[in-house]
Amino acid sequence: MGKEHKNKRFKDTDMQIVIGWLLRIGVYVSITVVIIGGIFFLYRHGSTVADYRSFKGVPGFIQNLGDIMHNVVLLRGQAIIQLGIILLLATPILRVIFSAIGFMLEKDYLYIFISVLVLLIIIASALSGGAG
Amino acid sequence: MSVIVFTLIVLVGAYFAGLLGSLTGLGGGVVIIPLLTLLLHVDIHYAIGAALISVIATSSGSAAAYVKEGITNIRIGMFLEIATTAGAFTGAILAIYVSVKFIAVLFGTILIFSAIMSLREKKEHITSAKSFLSRRLRLDSSYPVEGEMVEYGVANIAGGFFMMLFAGIISGLLGIGSGALKVLAMDGIMRIPFKVSTTTSNFMIGVTAAASAVVYLQRGYVHPVIAMPVVVGVLFGAVSGSKILVHTKSSGWLRWVFAVVVTVLAVQVIYNGLTGKL
Repeated sequence: MGKEHKNKRFKDTDMQIVIGWLLRIGVYVSITVVIIGGIFFLYRHGSTVADYRSFKGVPGFIQNLGDIMHNVVLLRGQAIIQLGIILLLATPILRVIFSAIGFMLEKDYLYIFISVLVLLIIIASALSGGAG
Repeated sequence: MSVIVFTLIVLVGAYFAGLLGSLTGLGGGVVIIPLLTLLLHVDIHYAIGAALISVIATSSGSAAAYVKEGITNIRIGMFLEIATTAGAFTGAILAIYVSVKFIAVLFGTILIFSAIMSLREKKEHITSAKSFLSRRLRLDSSYPVEGEMVEYGVANIAGGFFMMLFAGIISGLLGIGSGALKVLAMDGIMRIPFKVSTTTSNFMIGVTAAASAVVYLQRGYVHPVIAMPVVVGVLFGAVSGSKILVHTKSSGWLRWVFAVVVTVLAVQVIYNGLTGKL
């Protein structure tokens, strides 16, 4: 029991270090992408009028992932910003996937189940998003 | 107003929102929504979308530091994330059916509640009573206090779980982290030490916000031109705030100033919401 306990603690701290790095890199990378997109956008459209009083959704060329990627290649500012936002959104989701892998290494079946359940809820939410 | 002026105003406002949010522990999201809607007349749906994205940035950024220190309880976080993500999913769906009036009143109420919570005296209490459920879920753990590991137990898991469900719904409906509700669930109901509660709450906020952000992103609530200065400003403000916190221990007067500002904003949001100006 004593040995097993020691082993488990070691893996828990391992997981903490990996998760800490993952979160940090995710935030750095996505914010950098957002800022680059912002510079492109402001350089080209900085003098246009800002009017967001009524809700009109987002421009047509960034409405789905395929269009966003296509326009990122064309260096369109709003598409690059949106890519950065998607990377930021993916960071905590990746964290859940990494936790699941960590619990697999620890053979902690209960928490593998819990991590997968959380992932499934997020996936269900993403799939329902188009509706309504 | 030109796009460049709009971006600069939001950038500066978001910086101070992030700074104050981090100094008081309230989070930047609660200040950025009134700033965008009341001052810049941005549609509340865009404001909620942008705030939600900034919440993911600040919570992930500070969670990275806390996780390494070993105070965050990853198992408590993962287990309660079942409740917060399910709640956030529900909240994002409910958001289609509720009126702007309802959202404004709810937002104002949560804002005032958060301000009161931030003034509360923080007492560390440790429960050693280990329940069957917390043992079964392996939630009991230990955390470092002045270099020594202190063991703690977790009480009233069902009560905390339901409170987290509620916190998730609020987060999904309003685009905020609802950290105050999460801390109330862990520290107040589950009797988890305050430091563990706040860091674990912070750890959970990113995943909770992501669960509703996947819905908002597809509905077009996250506009890149608004979200860009909000995310960048709030994040840099939060980083500055955490640096100030290291150097100054007491921020008692600041909490009061912020609580008053937040309450005034809350009343404004409720009034403008009820009179149909939002």
